[in-house]
Amino acid sequence: MAVIEVNELVKSYDGHPAVDGVSFTVEPGEIFGILGPNGAGKTTTVECVEGLRRPDSGTIRVLGREPGDPELRHRMGAQLQESELPDKITVREALELYASFYREPADWRGLLDTLGLRDKANVQYRRLSGGQKQRLSIALSLIGSPEVAVLDELTTGLDPQARRDVWELIEGIRERGVTILLVTHFMEEAERLCDRLALIDSGRVVALNTPAGIVSTVDNEQRIRFRPSGPLDDVLLTALPEVSGVSRSGKQIVVTGTGNLLHAVTSLLARNQIIAADLRVEQTTLDDAFVALTGRTLDSTKENR
Amino acid sequence: MNPLTRLTFTETRLYFREPISVFFTIVFPPILLVILGSVPAFRQPSQDYGGLRVIDLYAPIVIAMVIVMFALNGLPQMLATYREKGILRRMATTPVRPLVLLTAALLMCTALSVLATTVVLAIGRIVFAVPLPGQIVGYALVFVLCAVASLSIGLLIAALAPSGKAAGAIGSILFFPVMFFAGLWVPRALMPEALVRISDLTPLGAGVQSLQDTASGSWPQPLHIAVMLGWTVAAGLLAARFFRWEAAR
Repeated sequence: MAVIEVNELVKSYDGHPAVDGVSFTVEPGEIFGILGPNGAGKTTTVECVEGLRRPDSGTIRVLGREPGDPELRHRMGAQLQESELPDKITVREALELYASFYREPADWRGLLDTLGLRDKANVQYRRLSGGQKQRLSIALSLIGSPEVAVLDELTTGLDPQARRDVWELIEGIRERGVTILLVTHFMEEAERLCDRLALIDSGRVVALNTPAGIVSTVDNEQRIRFRPSGPLDDVLLTALPEVSGVSRSGKQIVVTGTGNLLHAVTSLLARNQIIAADLRVEQTTLDDAFVALTGRTLDSTKENR
Repeated sequence: MNPLTRLTFTETRLYFREPISVFFTIVFPPILLVILGSVPAFRQPSQDYGGLRVIDLYAPIVIAMVIVMFALNGLPQMLATYREKGILRRMATTPVRPLVLLTAALLMCTALSVLATTVVLAIGRIVFAVPLPGQIVGYALVFVLCAVASLSIGLLIAALAPSGKAAGAIGSILFFPVMFFAGLWVPRALMPEALVRISDLTPLGAGVQSLQDTASGSWPQPLHIAVMLGWTVAAGLLAARFFRWEAAR
């Protein structure tokens, strides 16, 4: 049975649809991502799943129950975008407080160890760094020993190192059998963490697959860039069956094509005793896929909703 | 520990980490009583006050101030800040309803008001021989009514204020008229007739007079009871109507 089922979800604000017919299911034990630019309707979608908002239409079931079901709140953890704690509460007090809310709380000491906050137990919230606050927020979402956790924009505002640490943490949580619904607008985060993801734009799902699956449906063209050590005639390259295009920018050659493109090009260079400097193979990314599917980039800045 | 106990306990701890709030709510009122009591003339009975001393009149006013500090300043600022920071919303995803947090805040304000009131009464009795309330049941009842009316107004401020800072500002501004009519600057006994009539209709004016009446052994006047109940119902209903758990987007 699916852990989360969302069916034809619709939610409007003042007549403007924020979510317009979103459907997806999340299977037990997977990390399912909702990826899209700001304003695409990601947060509204998960807020309906969390029971914080009431959908205009459509159905949602989490662990077979309706969002907002008191029993469900014992079994689901949430991490909200932009939610803080009182300035002067300590890490330990916050965990003890939230532990008292649940029937079967996890051991907060163990969680502190897992999240690398052990030596911060008696530090007040206002004195934590952004990364530490985020880790505490994740700890609070896990304090009730949930079967499913909904994490919204969990690495926004973190530096790259802190972001990587949080990713490792999430992978560790999945290994404990927690199903995770993850909202993000970072392509790299989705690619690294998610087993499957829904690409959302303007309140609609534009693609739903594994990260590799989404990329391959769009485009399987590869691109190779290099700087040849000697003169190389374009004709030699275009004669290769794998090559579909050649262009030059300065001393650099960009070859596009399909199939075993890299092997074909490097063999040609070897036959002509040319060395390829700064050789780079570029593959289609989720970002490229998103552009191909929607005509817009993931980074397009819009008011968050 | 159950969630309500744990929340009340945690909120009380957090409250004691704010030295300025602690000073104004718990430390300052007794100090004010001591300062007033150190003026020799304020310890002399006067015919102007019906044979009472100024210090006798000020004991209930200082107690009203304790109530106002918690209800109009502490409570709304805390709730509005919690809403602004998404703390109430975060709680809504847990098995515990944010209403439990509101209950914990009210419990804490009530308990601490009772504590500060006890200190004021004790200092009044021990240092300045202000008699303890003569009509103790009536006194307790009036104290609760006055606190509930003030807390309802505090909840209404929390409901209407867009942010924690705004709630603090509204509370501070309201403090002056509310305490003026409670007699902080001119005790009711010295107010002109017209001012007394207005004061009768304010929650703390009615509260102070009722505390005064019960302190001297009589029962509170029905008008004052009705005024406090009226403010409780009106402010409480409006607060319930307008209170939001999450900040407007």
